[in-house]
Amino acid sequence: MSKIEVSVVGGSGYTGGELIRLLLFHPNVKIKQVTSESYVGKFVHKAHPNLRKASDLKFSSVNELGKCDLLFLCLPHGSAQKNIDNFFNLSERIIDLSADFRLNNETEYKNWYKHNHIRPDLLKKFVYGIPELHREEMKTAKLISSAGCNATTTILPLYPFYKNDLVDIDRTIIEVKVGSSEGGNKSSDASHHPERAGAVRSYQPTGHRHSAEIIQELSFGSEQIKIHFSATSIDMVRGVLATSHIFLKENLEEKDIWKLYRQFYNDEPFIRIVKENEGNYRYPEPKLLIGTNYCDIGFKKDDNSNRVVLISAIDNLMKGAAGQALQAFNIMYGLDEKTGLEFPGLHPI
Amino acid sequence: MAECPVCAADIQLPDDTVAGELIECPDCGTELEVTSVNPFKLAEAPSEEEDWGE
Repeated sequence: MSKIEVSVVGGSGYTGGELIRLLLFHPNVKIKQVTSESYVGKFVHKAHPNLRKASDLKFSSVNELGKCDLLFLCLPHGSAQKNIDNFFNLSERIIDLSADFRLNNETEYKNWYKHNHIRPDLLKKFVYGIPELHREEMKTAKLISSAGCNATTTILPLYPFYKNDLVDIDRTIIEVKVGSSEGGNKSSDASHHPERAGAVRSYQPTGHRHSAEIIQELSFGSEQIKIHFSATSIDMVRGVLATSHIFLKENLEEKDIWKLYRQFYNDEPFIRIVKENEGNYRYPEPKLLIGTNYCDIGFKKDDNSNRVVLISAIDNLMKGAAGQALQAFNIMYGLDEKTGLEFPGLHPI
Repeated sequence: MAECPVCAADIQLPDDTVAGELIECPDCGTELEVTSVNPFKLAEAPSEEEDWGE
């Protein structure tokens, strides 16, 4: 089988770097070009020092891009929708890792992103990029919009409960704790080391844009669900930990919840149920997932109420970005979904 | 075959399993005691409670 030629647009950021790392060792892929306007002509390892000696690729300008089999877009918010026609001229297949095409409704986009979408006609043409929810559509898709990291961490544990109509759809409360790499590779006052180190900073108590994706993907009835989502940045580079509180319509025992998760995720290669009664790692913990494409899910039913606490964790740059995009790519091309994604993580770390 | 009393996982037990044997559930990690072999029955093995500052 000849290799699939891909290019990465916007390859100097953290997501782009992670994607290049994965693609370089993918047996079915050849990276044709990687673009970065700020690194034109420089080796890729200038921006991503972990890739030294792994590749002699140099960054190109987006204006130098040639045709390829698939484009991965790792651009800042707004750039993909602005330049999408140029990209269509280069490749009929696109996986966009930005938020530009995640929502399928123009009005909702405007509500959450506070501006009009430049190409609303395309919103329904992109498949939302969580394979566990949209695998069948991905098999024939040419356009995929990779899901948000916090949204992925939240949607995966909640999905079986919402799909089976088991929860009060207005009461779900979600708190995510996130690492600094979610903020990208541009420094700011907030990321200055004396300010950021040791921080437990409530940066988005309400109104987080990933809420829109969660609502979109978990609304199965005639009315939209309501979720109550807050985000806190903590002293961690990679990782997301989501703690979601759901309220059951009818009582379920913990055994029933185990069965529910087995029903939905037993055959999923990247979802693991983590719930043990003893030991150090009783519930999901982001640090064990660094560099992996897993989403670990744990839970605990409150003995005194109908509340269930769901605990989920991912590496935001992997299952929350580059890893999940590569998983979608594998599905799109009919490859083994795990190709290039089998790293099991490190312990201790 | 026996069912884990904690997470309802189906657990395959070898034919030579004896009553009183301790096994670990592959799904939830709970240590289980084989309380009966015909049919196979499992119960949570007693363990020391850990105190996490509560």
